[in-house]
Amino acid sequence: MFPKWFDKWNNENPTNIYGPAILIGVVGTAVTVAAFLVVVGQPFKTDSLQTGPRGTGMSRPEFVSDLAKPDPSIEVMYTEAPYVPEGGEAKASEIYQNVQVLGDLTEDNFNRLMLAMTDWVAPDQGCAYCHGDVEIEEYGNDDLYTKVVARRMIQMTQNINEGWDGHVNVNKQVGVTCYTCHRGQNVPSDIWFKMGAVNEAAGGWAAVQNRVTVQSQYTSLPSDALETFLLDYGRIGVHDLEAHVAAYPTEEGYPTWQDTERTFSLMNYVSNSLGVNCVFCHNSRAFYDPEQVTPQWSTEQLGIGMVQEMNNEYLVPLEDVYPPERLGPVFADAPKAACKTCHKGYQQPLQGTNVIADWPELATTGAPVYE
Amino acid sequence: MAEYQNIFTQVQVQGKPEWGMATENAEFERTRKAGFSTLIGWIGNAQLGPVWLGWTGMVSLATGILALNIIGLNMLAQVGWSVPEFIRQLFWLALEPPSPEYGLRMPPLNEGGWYIIASFFLLISVMSWWARTYLLAMEHKMGKHVFWAFGSAIWLFLVLGLFRPILMGSWSEAVPYGIFPHLDWTTAFSIRYGNLYYNPFHALSIVFLYGSVLLFAMHGATILAVTRYGGDRELEQIVDRGTATERAALFWRWTMGFNATMEGIHRWAWWFAVLTPITGGIGILLTGTVVDNWFIWAQEHHFAPMYDGSYGYEAYGSYETFIGQEN
Repeated sequence: MFPKWFDKWNNENPTNIYGPAILIGVVGTAVTVAAFLVVVGQPFKTDSLQTGPRGTGMSRPEFVSDLAKPDPSIEVMYTEAPYVPEGGEAKASEIYQNVQVLGDLTEDNFNRLMLAMTDWVAPDQGCAYCHGDVEIEEYGNDDLYTKVVARRMIQMTQNINEGWDGHVNVNKQVGVTCYTCHRGQNVPSDIWFKMGAVNEAAGGWAAVQNRVTVQSQYTSLPSDALETFLLDYGRIGVHDLEAHVAAYPTEEGYPTWQDTERTFSLMNYVSNSLGVNCVFCHNSRAFYDPEQVTPQWSTEQLGIGMVQEMNNEYLVPLEDVYPPERLGPVFADAPKAACKTCHKGYQQPLQGTNVIADWPELATTGAPVYE
Repeated sequence: MAEYQNIFTQVQVQGKPEWGMATENAEFERTRKAGFSTLIGWIGNAQLGPVWLGWTGMVSLATGILALNIIGLNMLAQVGWSVPEFIRQLFWLALEPPSPEYGLRMPPLNEGGWYIIASFFLLISVMSWWARTYLLAMEHKMGKHVFWAFGSAIWLFLVLGLFRPILMGSWSEAVPYGIFPHLDWTTAFSIRYGNLYYNPFHALSIVFLYGSVLLFAMHGATILAVTRYGGDRELEQIVDRGTATERAALFWRWTMGFNATMEGIHRWAWWFAVLTPITGGIGILLTGTVVDNWFIWAQEHHFAPMYDGSYGYEAYGSYETFIGQEN
């Protein structure tokens, strides 16, 4: 392959090329990587949000590349400023038939909201999704379950914005509309149903855990946490508040490590729903200690109360209204909500976009206040 | 001796198997086959077998296999006897201890009854293996160091599955048999009792565990480093100190002013290893029985100081700035 003189010279001058080759390879790679980092920069840069005193490790890290991407739902959100009534307009309840909620609205604002709801919940089916494929005069009928559910959901939205102001407007005015959960879908994502036993041939404690389920967030923790806490008002705290307590697992009300796993399962669900970690709310060295939690812990407390009310007062009572295909696969129960139904992985739904500003009709259970 | 600078042993002795001493019952006690494997020769002695089982080994193997099968078949039953699901969910599946309401009674089979049965067989298996380490040491007229070391691990095993559940009055306190589920137990146990990191015996156990790692690394490195002077013949070096020992000792004395002896380093190693589960077991035994919230206990004993500074991100930045909505 090489000219003869080269092979000859090569044979006469034996050199150990392996030692230098390894050295040059290592040094060369190091220089290349260093040059890449200096010129292009660190490709996996992170930023973090400190959430507690220095030395506690309390912070929420995120990739800068992820932070640079806003929630895509924000851009496609439909909203429209209200028509401020000048007084004397006819009310929707006077113009249309069977207007049980939103009756105080002027015709313009009523139709504005109806249109928006179509875009938020049924952009493909349009008005017919709730009113049916009928003449406009018959829109007052309650023939379709979707309309009955929608009415109740309007009441729920108003109740959330008014009664749970401390949760949904805690940092600034944000509020919720139909879009917060629905995002252009008939059925919101991240709803949940009762699961019951997830293991065959097992009873009691052994039956409700150790399986890959969405509700256990793919862990081996119990799959019945949402049901226990967000529907049945189960006790979430598991700690003794004294160093020594004379109580034992067989006693009623003693929180066992099994109960702790269920609480852990809920906390894990909350963290994933908000895209945060334990130390967003807690100092993890003493999870229970109210002196070592962040303000977000209190917001979360309100959130739990809000979801319990939503499920028990609004969502579960609709069970008989739904057709079978909308009910749960195991117990045919009504679909229920939890943190992720609104938050969808963000600390604040739609990254804190003020969704309620344009919709005073949804902000209160009473007559809307236009400004 | 370039061979010894490798991760694997490159010098392998293979030939006629070494059978050990012929005894009266040798035929009966030992397996009758011995072979060689290059693969195992890389990490140890290339000779495989014979195994001295004896009645303790037989009992241990039989009950151990029984316990493992009870655990495995329960897992298989949980996924409806579907082998693909069993493989898919294997790390998630577990045989769980009884539900708390059964206390120390025998629960129904599907609510922890199988767990009690599997644990019973596992207990026999472990204890007869423990006896085996004693009998084999006796057979060789050795000290019983391995027996006691294994005993320290058994202490922790018994605390977790027998002593503490009895003190707590419920088998439900025992640890699940499953890959992820036993880790869930560990986390939940620590959180439930106010953070096990504030349990001083847990702290001691970590000291001995990490200490064992450090000692093992130091000793292993030292012996490998003086192997070229015959340092790996440790027993000879103990009774007849040679240049390998002198150099190793001098190295550490120059490094940190103190050195262990060729014999003493093994006592260091043995005690650190043995104290890891002993102190850990004490820590577990006290949890829920004597102390129910270790963090508060630590506060009462003045070693859980409060941090200065605010809680909540509002004190350090804003969410809007973090997600780039404001600059």
